Amino acid sequence: MNLLETPLIAEHRKLGARLGPFGGWLMPIQYSGIIAEHEWTRKNVSLFDTCHMGRFILKGQYDRSGLDKIVTVNLSNMPIRRCRYGFMLNESGGIIDDLVTYKIKDDEWLLVVNAARIAADEAHLRKHLSVDSKLENASARSGKLDLQGPFSKDVLAGIAGSRISSLKYYTFGFFTILGEENIISRTGYTGELGYEIYISNGKVVELWDTLLKDVRVKPAGLGARDTLRLEMGYGLYGQDINASITPLEAGLEKFLDLDKDFIGKGAILEKKKKGGSRQMVYFLTDSRRAPRHNYKIFRDNKEIGIVTSGSFSPSLSCGIGTGYVKEPLKKGDKIVLCEGAIEINATLTDKPFYKHGTAQRRW
Amino acid sequence: MNILENLLYTKEHEWLKIEGNLATVGITDYAQRLLGDITFVELPKAGDKAAQGKQFASVESIKAASDVYAPLSGKIIKVNTALADSPQLVNQYPYTEGWFVVIEIENEKEKQDLLSGADYKKYLEGLPK
Repeated sequence: MNLLETPLIAEHRKLGARLGPFGGWLMPIQYSGIIAEHEWTRKNVSLFDTCHMGRFILKGQYDRSGLDKIVTVNLSNMPIRRCRYGFMLNESGGIIDDLVTYKIKDDEWLLVVNAARIAADEAHLRKHLSVDSKLENASARSGKLDLQGPFSKDVLAGIAGSRISSLKYYTFGFFTILGEENIISRTGYTGELGYEIYISNGKVVELWDTLLKDVRVKPAGLGARDTLRLEMGYGLYGQDINASITPLEAGLEKFLDLDKDFIGKGAILEKKKKGGSRQMVYFLTDSRRAPRHNYKIFRDNKEIGIVTSGSFSPSLSCGIGTGYVKEPLKKGDKIVLCEGAIEINATLTDKPFYKHGTAQRRW
Repeated sequence: MNILENLLYTKEHEWLKIEGNLATVGITDYAQRLLGDITFVELPKAGDKAAQGKQFASVESIKAASDVYAPLSGKIIKVNTALADSPQLVNQYPYTEGWFVVIEIENEKEKQDLLSGADYKKYLEGLPK
């Protein structure tokens, strides 16, 4: 299969990035090194190419368009210029995708989805949206850059103006950048104060170069993006959640508005009544050794589950991970993670693993 | 890519510095670059026996866990205990402070399987990019 390339592919090559496949795209995995990029994001500012992510613009009322039944979050009480994290579910309550819904106007919405799910999401949306709503897949004509780190506000103010300070966590506004009016939201996937900047394809390279001129900003790849998100306990679609896992099992029930009707709600209510067969757990290993996707989870010599994500944590200097277990476990319980001859002792904990993130900082 | 002329190599990207019947072993600059940030190294214990071609250590980076195979058979005489707390030494100084173990060579004939610096360089050039 041919991999897709973002408008920044030549910039990544110039910077000496190591490139690799992700969700059907050829993406930068690392530039200087994953740990250095991870630590720079926690202390300074990193710039991520996220042009691969999917973007849909929907014109139509939340209820009459059918959108309210497609996403699990409450749209009826959502203010304009607000973002909400939630899901699209199938009839069995399994997760078709996780997404962030932006309310631009009463009758205009932006849906931001995972790169690998663009086609599946579009099919699902078109199947369930009413005929009088208008859906545009804007993924190919626009780009997105994520600017993340404790000083990202100061960096961005220099380009988009000081009004950027007025953005609260999970809100957005329209700002003039490089002569173009576009959305900037105070959102991200790192746990640090940060922004997602939307821009037309033709301006992506110029914005990338402009932001990198600031000495506080360095490029970061998907390797650091993965360790940063895992330290926050954020799930990754295709790895931690998928179409056969419900948000209940993933511990993400708070992103379901059970007071309204949505596709998959019947199955969710039934599963709630019966109780789940597996639960997501978060664990720290007792060494620098980290488990990997698909390592088995044992307790008292009995196999009880599987690891979905695992990595060395640069902030905690030990292994961290997430997985599903079939037995009810609690914080402090001991488990063993196994693969072949490898046995790693671990202890259950709460998310986030890293507790000093600046994402929700106020001023 | 740094390849030292005075060392011997394997196709599994280990280097050996042979002095008398002792071989100091580590992984090459090429290997550490390929792995990226090394976060954990598991070494055998002093006194353990290594068998040529069999796994005797493992290396983990952020992205992957990899087995390391013994380049020669023999008794492990010394291990680099500094790697337990500072595995990044393998990235920083693959040919010096990032050494793994010292093996007491059991079978001189096995040395025939090792590559010279020039041959290892040629081998790397032939690998798919």
